[in-house]
Formats: sequence, structure tokens, C-alpha cells
Amino acid sequence: MPPDRYTRPAIALHWLIALLIFAGFGLGLVMTDIPGITPTKLRYYSYHKWIGITVFLFAVARLAWRLTHRPPPLPPMSVWQRVSANTAHAALYALMLIIPLAGYLYSYAAGVPVVYFGLVELPPLITPNPAHKDFFKYAHVWLNYLMGTLVIIHIAAALWHQFVQHDGLLRRMLPPRTKETL
Amino acid sequence: MIRNAITVLAAFLLAVSLASAQAAPGKITISGKQMGAPVEGEFKKFTAQIQIDPANPAGGKATVDVDVVSIDIGLEDFNQELRSKTWFDAKNHPKATFVSSSIKPAGTGKLEASGKLTIKGKTLEVTVPLTVNTEGNARVFEGTLPIRRTAFSVGEGEWKDTSIVADEVVIRFRIRAPAK
Repeated sequence: MPPDRYTRPAIALHWLIALLIFAGFGLGLVMTDIPGITPTKLRYYSYHKWIGITVFLFAVARLAWRLTHRPPPLPPMSVWQRVSANTAHAALYALMLIIPLAGYLYSYAAGVPVVYFGLVELPPLITPNPAHKDFFKYAHVWLNYLMGTLVIIHIAAALWHQFVQHDGLLRRMLPPRTKETL
Repeated sequence: MIRNAITVLAAFLLAVSLASAQAAPGKITISGKQMGAPVEGEFKKFTAQIQIDPANPAGGKATVDVDVVSIDIGLEDFNQELRSKTWFDAKNHPKATFVSSSIKPAGTGKLEASGKLTIKGKTLEVTVPLTVNTEGNARVFEGTLPIRRTAFSVGEGEWKDTSIVADEVVIRFRIRAPAK
């Protein structure tokens, strides 16, 4: 019998990353709205970077886990739904890695080293460059809007399966103990 | 004819570049930290009068005047913030200065310069270890001086919080002076 849900590490990583993405995205909007240079702004930028690095590290672990552990099968659905779901999931995996990387390169292109939790200075992959700075800035911002759109579709689809289709799809990503209530 | 002109031009450019390289007084940089991340900057404009004979340092004198408005940490909005009232207050205190009061030998090629360091109108006694090297007919003085920015009220109000911008700032300098 095929597993009816994702493994516990996969479930834990999914929700942890989801939480961090919401926090990082929200903080990104707030911090870029602060005019001038203030202590709060510097603090938020650093927190935002630390969240991004954490998302990247968790996403690498999650991808490695995903490639070595078969996910539970999707409930019966049409081909276009299956293809859309797989495409969206692949895109979200890619964005979880690319968005933090673009932000990281933006920071180094601006000449600001990224020091994880204020303790571990991460390697500068590029040298400061105003043109690269602008490129990575817009890449980081627009890929975030793309991801935001995909996340909304992702949540809407999960809710639709749960409350309209009643096909048990959402249960695949919930911790085992909630099985009975759903 | 053209070849001669090119040779003359090349020689001229070389002479100009050598002259300007010699005229450059040197470099004054600062390094600090924000949220644990290193910040490097430079004061692009300063003047220095250094008359120190390494054989007789006690008779020497050193004066350095830095235009604080010339600060550059690589990001213009940060530079603007640093020139503002809460940081250097460049409008009211355009110069940061060092004036030596005594210079002592401290080993081969090494000196110790004591004097008054004034930043943002606040003066503190400091002692700066120096190394001296001869380059052609110039002497090159190099040194490092760690200071606490809050001692000079650089970063007031909210910025006093040294968990955001570290208190310690390291000043590094390399100044050329003609050997007389």
C-alpha cells in the first residue's frame, strides 16, 4: 500500500519553510518601506537576510529529502490539474533556492557582506558592482512577486481540494496525529 | 614623426601619472561593523603635514586634517546618513583632526605619536603606533588606531545602540610625506 502522507521530515520542512517565507516576505515589505537609514531598518535587513539563508538551507535539505523519498500519490484528478500541480511545485522548489540566492548576490553586489546571525560571514561570490546590484535587486523583488502569486494559487488549490473536492489531499501534508479529525 | 609624437606623449603621460602618484597624500580608511557585518569606508579628502625625521623623532610634528564630508562607505544613502547631525555633523564640524604633541621612537622603523584627536568637536588624547618606510625621496607613515565612536558622539540618539553599529571603529592610514 502506498504511503498516504509525506514523511515527517518532509512535513516539518514544508511548514517551517512556509512560516519563514511568510516572515521573510512580510519583513521585506516592511523594511523597504522605512525611509532613510535607521537602526530598525538595519536590524530588519539583517533579520531578513538571516531568514533567507535559513530558507535556502532548509530548501536544500528538503530537496535532497524529496529526491530520495517518494511522495504520496495525488488523489485522482485530471491531467491538467496534475501537470499544473507538478509544475507549480517544481517552480516553488526552484524559487526557494533562487530567491535567497538573488538576495544574497544583491547584498554582495552592494558591498554589504552577509553575516549569518551576526556570527558567520558567508563567502562573497561576487565583487561590488552597481549594475549587478540593480539586476539582483529587481530579480529578487520580481521573483518574490512570482512566488507570492504561486503561493496564493498553492493555498487556494489546497483549500479547494479540502473543502470542495473533499479528496483528502491536504491530509498528505499534515502531521499524522491530525488524521482522525480530517 | 608620428612615432616621436607618440613617444613624447607616452613619456608625458608617464611623468604625469608618476607625479600624481607622488602627490597623493595617501589613504585613510575606517572599518566598523553593523549587525555583525563588516563595513569598510574611506575618507577621500584630507591633508597631512608630517615632518618627522626617524633619526630624531622627538623633534617631529604631525598634523592631519580630514574632511569628514568626504566619507564614502560605498552606499550613497549611508554616506548621507553619516554626514548628518546624528553622526559626523559635517556641516558644523567639517574637519576631524589629529595634532601630535610628542613623537617617540618605538624600535626600528617604528614610532609612537601621541596627540589630540578631534572628531565632531570632541578632543581626546590618543597614542598612535606608526611604522615608517622610505619610498624614493618620500617617507610613508602607516598606522592603525582603534577608537570608540561613542566617545566622540558619532552616532547619537537611537544610534548609540552599539548592538546595531559597533562602538569600535578602526582607523587605518597610509600617508606619504616628503623626506627633508
